[in-house]
Amino acid sequence: MRRYQVIKDRFLENRIFLSRTVILFAFMLLLVAGLVSRLVYLQVLGHKRYHNMATNNRIKVTSIPPTRGIIYDKHGRILAENLASYSLELIPDQVTDMEETLQRLQLALSIPPEKIAAFNKQRKHYKHFDSIPLLLQLDKTEVAKFAVLRHTFPGVDIHARLLRHYPYAELTAHLVGYVGRINERELKTLPEAEYRAMHTIGKTGIERAYEDVLRGHAGYAELETNAQGKPISELGRIDSIPGADIYLTIDMDLQRTAYDALADYNGAVVALDLDTGGVLVQVSKASFDPNLFVTGISYKDYDRLNNSKNKPLFDRVLRGQYPPGSTLKPFIGLAGLEYGVASMQQTLFCPGYYRLPNKDHKYRDWKKWGHGKVNLDDAITQSCDVYFYDLSLALGIDKISTFLHKFGFGQKTGIDLKGEKSGLLPSREWKRIHREQVWYPGETLITGIGQGFTQVTPLQLARATGTLAKQGNIITPYLAERIIYENRAAEVEHPIQKQIELKFGNVQDIINAMVHVVHSPRGTAKRIAKGIDYQIAGKTGTAQVYTVKQDEEYDEAEIKFNMRDHALFIAFAPADNPKIAVAVIAEHGSHGSSIAAPIAAKVIKEYLGMENKQ
Amino acid sequence: MKVELRAEQFKEHSLIGGLLRQLHVDIPLLIGLFLLLLMSFMMLYSTGNKETALLIRQAARMGIAGILMIVLAHVNPRQFQRYSIPLYSLGVVLLLAVLLVGDVGKGAQRWLDLGLFRFQPSEMIKITTPMMVAWYLAGHDIPPKWRHIGVATLFILIPTLLIVRQPDLGTSLLVASSGASVLYFAGLSWRFLLVTILGLSALAPLYWQFFMREYQKDRVLTFLNPEADPMGKGYHIIQSKIAIGSGGPYGKGWQGNTQSQLDFLPESSTDFIFAVFAEEFGLVGCLGLLAIYLFIIARGLYIAVQAQDTYSRLLAGSLVCTFFVYVFVNIGMVIGILPVVGVPLPLISYGGTSMVTLLAGFGILMSIHTHKKVLPN
Repeated sequence: MRRYQVIKDRFLENRIFLSRTVILFAFMLLLVAGLVSRLVYLQVLGHKRYHNMATNNRIKVTSIPPTRGIIYDKHGRILAENLASYSLELIPDQVTDMEETLQRLQLALSIPPEKIAAFNKQRKHYKHFDSIPLLLQLDKTEVAKFAVLRHTFPGVDIHARLLRHYPYAELTAHLVGYVGRINERELKTLPEAEYRAMHTIGKTGIERAYEDVLRGHAGYAELETNAQGKPISELGRIDSIPGADIYLTIDMDLQRTAYDALADYNGAVVALDLDTGGVLVQVSKASFDPNLFVTGISYKDYDRLNNSKNKPLFDRVLRGQYPPGSTLKPFIGLAGLEYGVASMQQTLFCPGYYRLPNKDHKYRDWKKWGHGKVNLDDAITQSCDVYFYDLSLALGIDKISTFLHKFGFGQKTGIDLKGEKSGLLPSREWKRIHREQVWYPGETLITGIGQGFTQVTPLQLARATGTLAKQGNIITPYLAERIIYENRAAEVEHPIQKQIELKFGNVQDIINAMVHVVHSPRGTAKRIAKGIDYQIAGKTGTAQVYTVKQDEEYDEAEIKFNMRDHALFIAFAPADNPKIAVAVIAEHGSHGSSIAAPIAAKVIKEYLGMENKQ
Repeated sequence: MKVELRAEQFKEHSLIGGLLRQLHVDIPLLIGLFLLLLMSFMMLYSTGNKETALLIRQAARMGIAGILMIVLAHVNPRQFQRYSIPLYSLGVVLLLAVLLVGDVGKGAQRWLDLGLFRFQPSEMIKITTPMMVAWYLAGHDIPPKWRHIGVATLFILIPTLLIVRQPDLGTSLLVASSGASVLYFAGLSWRFLLVTILGLSALAPLYWQFFMREYQKDRVLTFLNPEADPMGKGYHIIQSKIAIGSGGPYGKGWQGNTQSQLDFLPESSTDFIFAVFAEEFGLVGCLGLLAIYLFIIARGLYIAVQAQDTYSRLLAGSLVCTFFVYVFVNIGMVIGILPVVGVPLPLISYGGTSMVTLLAGFGILMSIHTHKKVLPN
């Protein structure tokens, strides 16, 4: 330290700096010499080797696409598979005049201009020497036609590719979903390595929700190619890992029964296996053929589907939001019992209408002359509106929303599919925020009979029904039961079921009333009770689409079809040991009892019949 | 007094010479930089598929950076010294802001969105860190005492660690070396240097274990053995070597590259542009390019030695040294003797931010050289 004391003078400082600079520059020259020697090694000594690698033989890394996993129903019937198909493909680097080639191909094979447009769009994103499909699913005559002309089309060839196929088509369209061409937006966010050799991706349903599982992992082949990009030899290879197969909880027999039972009605049927929470039936109608989307749907077909008044592309099970109508009554009744506002013994006289204290407005019952003297059991069996007007008023909207919330109303069910809607459970709070209005007592009344703001999805309704059947054990519905990887099978883990705290006796009273709906001579769904040796608990519902004005007659014949009410039915069976819960919505079916209940009955009877046989 | 002196010079020299003197620019540096930018333009033309939009954007960046350089050349070095602390502090604050609210680009958080444009504070800190260290050391004994070394190290470590967090290994390396070089020029004892280098090497395994991200580890492993995964992570290095090697002694000629044009070489216009250059111009071209770089470095070091006060001298030396680190690390990684870190080839790689900082640095050098208090002779 001491020897530096004197160095406050500039001379020494300059000397230090100069020497440091000289040493540093020498060191830099040494490092640059290192760079130069490496360059000499690469460019002079290794020139021949690298020159060969660069010009005569180029190394190309190609991606090997994995085969997509198969989707099965619970009995192993194939819902989505891969079929070999011939496609016409081009390697742009080997085509000398693209415009001219495409024109000649168009003449030879009659290719629609939209395919050319799609091809040109796809062409922008591909690597050199990649093969890009122009036409998929060539038939035998087209293959033969091209085979003759092949030598006149350098860079164009026929390839065998695997194409996704959905054997049940319309029956599983919304549930299984479909794969489609990867679009530009998706291309930006997808892991490039995995999708390099792929042309499709799961767009909807199971295909989308389980894309990562079904897809598998791409492999690579390192190929030595000539200057034209043709492979000469394979230098190395990492095989692709095929996608996993998925077994769903869906039972295709039941699914078909439900689909057929809906007949000409649009609507939805959901059935849940109450032992597991698995979805047995998930029908949304009108439907469409998902196979159209696999190779890229034509504008015409898409237009037709998109603009159809039946809305076939709309998944009603997950995204259809309907007023629950009277199917909400068992839940309101249970709320009354749980909060101690109602009891099974209390009765009320139903004159066919209800008035709020000091108000003139008449809230009408569906039965013009009224039900007379009714208790809670009667009110559910006969679906008496007046009883529930009175009960809802006694409960108040706060208790109603709190209680219904527990049964999953107004919330997504958490099913393993994407795009689910949450429905709507109104509350004072909700109205203040979304409508900027206070809550009126009259709205409490109509909420109590499932009209007004309340909206449910068919899936929610089925789940709530199952939850009631299982004494408040709340179910999370799911579709994927098992995933079969290459070397192991994995049961899909499902969320732990939660329990709503309810008094056993109360739930039993409501279930009994729901049994009476089907099995009592006065029940609204008594016609479905025939020919079974167990009991079904159910509830009919009619959701208003068209509002009847005060003191106006409701004449069904005069109302146009699309103004007619939706028919609803919820049910579970057997009532004493519930195995299956069903929710049915038939759009514009008018009456739950005549249209929706028989559909649910068919599903239940077939399922429990099967169960007994096994 | 000053004005008279200038007027005298004006008479003695030619018109242009006088004007340039007036402009406070350094002709030899300017020629070297101009050659590099010209080369950059040619390479971009060759790799960017002759896209005019790309060329215009790059030309605009060069223009802006060039103007900044000239402006800085006119600022008296005393001003740099005076504003060392605020500029450094601003840089550190911005780095913190990036960590908190910055944009994520390519998986790392480096950008600050200022509405009109995006700004990379780690670029600015490459200049302000040596400014700060130079200011601090110039105010104390030369060579520095232990405690001054300690404080200076702290000034270096703060921005370096903040950039490591982003994470951006390449830039943190440049910032650290820019600060460390000031210490070197200030006369840090050789023994201390040796001990530090040995110590850091000993800490390397710890750094590997606790600080490096997976992709950074991958890069190092790939560098050590690129053949292990030739289709995946080693692809870059192998393709780069093929491009350089196939160029041979004389190259394939301008625009004659096949490796990059056929898309075999990724990032050919940014970090790996040297590979394209080597493919097109061969060993001869590479030696020429290295000669230009060395010429600029030599001129820069000459300016540093000629500088009149401690601060200017230390800052100038550090800026030149950082420029060299840029060149060496980039070329080293492209030719496969260093692991791949994100450092561009200075003034040639496509991209704006590094060009602005580099030319700003040269602006400071010119300012140091052209603002002299007394003229000898």
